[in-house]
Amino acid sequence: MPAALRRLNLGRLAPLLWLGPAIALIGVVVLWPVVVMVQSSFQQIGGEGFVAGYNGTTNYSNLFREPDFVSVLLRTVLWVVVIVAVTVLVSLGLAQLFHQRFPGRRVTRWALIIPWAASVMMTALIFKWALDPNVGVINVILHHLGVVQKLGSNQADWLGNPTSALIWMMAVAIFVSLPFTTYAILSGLQGIPGDVYEAASIDGATSWKSYLQVTLPLLRPAILVATLINVINVFNSFPIIWEMTRGGPGYQTATSTIYMVDLKQGDVGQSASMSVINFLLVIVIVLVYLSTTRWKEQVDQ
Amino acid sequence: MITTTKPAPRLSTRPGPARRARRPLRTWLVAGAAYLIAVIFLLPYLEMFVIAGRPNNELGDATIFPKHFTFSNFTTLWSSGLGGSIGTSLQIAAGATVIVLLVALPAAYCTARRRFRGRTPFLLLVLATQMFQPAAMLVGIQREFTNFGVPPTLSLIIINAGFNLAFAVWILNAFFSSIPVELEEASMVDGLGRIGALLRITLPLAAPGIVTALIFTFISAWNEFLVALTLSLGQSTSQQPLTVAINSYIGEYSVDWGHLFAAGLVATVPVIILFAFIERRVVSGLTAGAVK
Repeated sequence: MPAALRRLNLGRLAPLLWLGPAIALIGVVVLWPVVVMVQSSFQQIGGEGFVAGYNGTTNYSNLFREPDFVSVLLRTVLWVVVIVAVTVLVSLGLAQLFHQRFPGRRVTRWALIIPWAASVMMTALIFKWALDPNVGVINVILHHLGVVQKLGSNQADWLGNPTSALIWMMAVAIFVSLPFTTYAILSGLQGIPGDVYEAASIDGATSWKSYLQVTLPLLRPAILVATLINVINVFNSFPIIWEMTRGGPGYQTATSTIYMVDLKQGDVGQSASMSVINFLLVIVIVLVYLSTTRWKEQVDQ
Repeated sequence: MITTTKPAPRLSTRPGPARRARRPLRTWLVAGAAYLIAVIFLLPYLEMFVIAGRPNNELGDATIFPKHFTFSNFTTLWSSGLGGSIGTSLQIAAGATVIVLLVALPAAYCTARRRFRGRTPFLLLVLATQMFQPAAMLVGIQREFTNFGVPPTLSLIIINAGFNLAFAVWILNAFFSSIPVELEEASMVDGLGRIGALLRITLPLAAPGIVTALIFTFISAWNEFLVALTLSLGQSTSQQPLTVAINSYIGEYSVDWGHLFAAGLVATVPVIILFAFIERRVVSGLTAGAVK
């Protein structure tokens, strides 16, 4: 460190002064809620938040005995895997397209970010309306095309049927995840020097071959980070299912986040134990994230 | 890190001369595909205009476009307490943004300029918080803030600040790291002093990063739904943030779609415009420099 700055060193505790507010904020908003949540998961708590006392692992054993618990967890896994996999695959194509030079590229990229900038809740409501069995625009178009025989029929009630509801909601989740993922991969593409491609074309590689053998391996860090951030976002995703089906009918379209929020209205303690399980899953994801990204290189720079 | 925050380097992606001959046609094919995708991304949001502008007596018609267009949903919107909700959302978003800047600026500056014990654990802590979302610890957040009797709006300001801190620290850290220490030293020697150098040299140079952090925090606090829904449940519509208040148009048996999407446009259009300003820089703050 340069001498002039070193002379102004306020002592070894000085960094604490600069970092203190940040640590305090993280403590209040992120760390303490975790403590409260774990504590609540071992307590019996009434509807108004009144704590009746500790009840050991009763909340957990009750939760595991819930008839919907296993199916909700399995659906959460399906929800995350399908959405993230499709998002990354489609984004690879979109990034390749928007990396090309063509007239009007800036305007088209601007359109691409809209689902990212808009609130996910609003996007979910637009699709909920568009899927309305009687007047929704998707149904009206499908009716014109002859796919939907009769408006207002069971066939047009996509969100009333658990399977088709889940597929539509996954489509919306993919739609809102595409902009960030595409941008992350685009920024990876921009980091690849042009001479890499020239070398590949001299070696006689076709464009598809050079994509698989040159571009894709170099994009690995970008894809990895985008995937993990998407996994966390999609795992915690709430507004889409909440607005479109509320997790119903029954819990047939609920993921663990929806289930947790719903449990909270009846049994706060059991909801807390669901949160703890969700949280442990998130920690596993974070550990994977930290071990695969090169965060340490960045920090030690 | 900072390389990703610069405008895209103009690279040649043309592999060879054989392809160059066909380039005009290929360029237009690429452009056509891109325009089509742009329209697909835009359409759902344009649909909000179509529904908000549909006269009430045509809401039951199974047509793609209404026969008439009316602005009445936009003008009658304000009688339902929407102005109050916009005020609440503005308070939450602006409050969170101010706190994030006040807290993240010193932390980012310190970690960019100095090497000290505890620096790596601190940055690791920040990175870890970026991986946590309010949904994962909703019960804890709700119980903590209601037990202490913190009013909903203030709670939402603090919570949104906390969950957007990581983004701000990362992007500001990158900008401060890219400003040469020598520049600060020179101005300190010129008699500005450390704080003077920070205020007059470093902060203006980091302005793009500060603006990015500011807009990003504002938008994500403005759009936040789950915690807002949880904490403002018992409140009157005008005291609820916009994302929650919009849901009051959804009744038990019918939905007032016209007003809902008119309000939705009010909530959505400003943030889309704001986001366009930070579009190119926002990825580097989210991926924390792991993408090089």
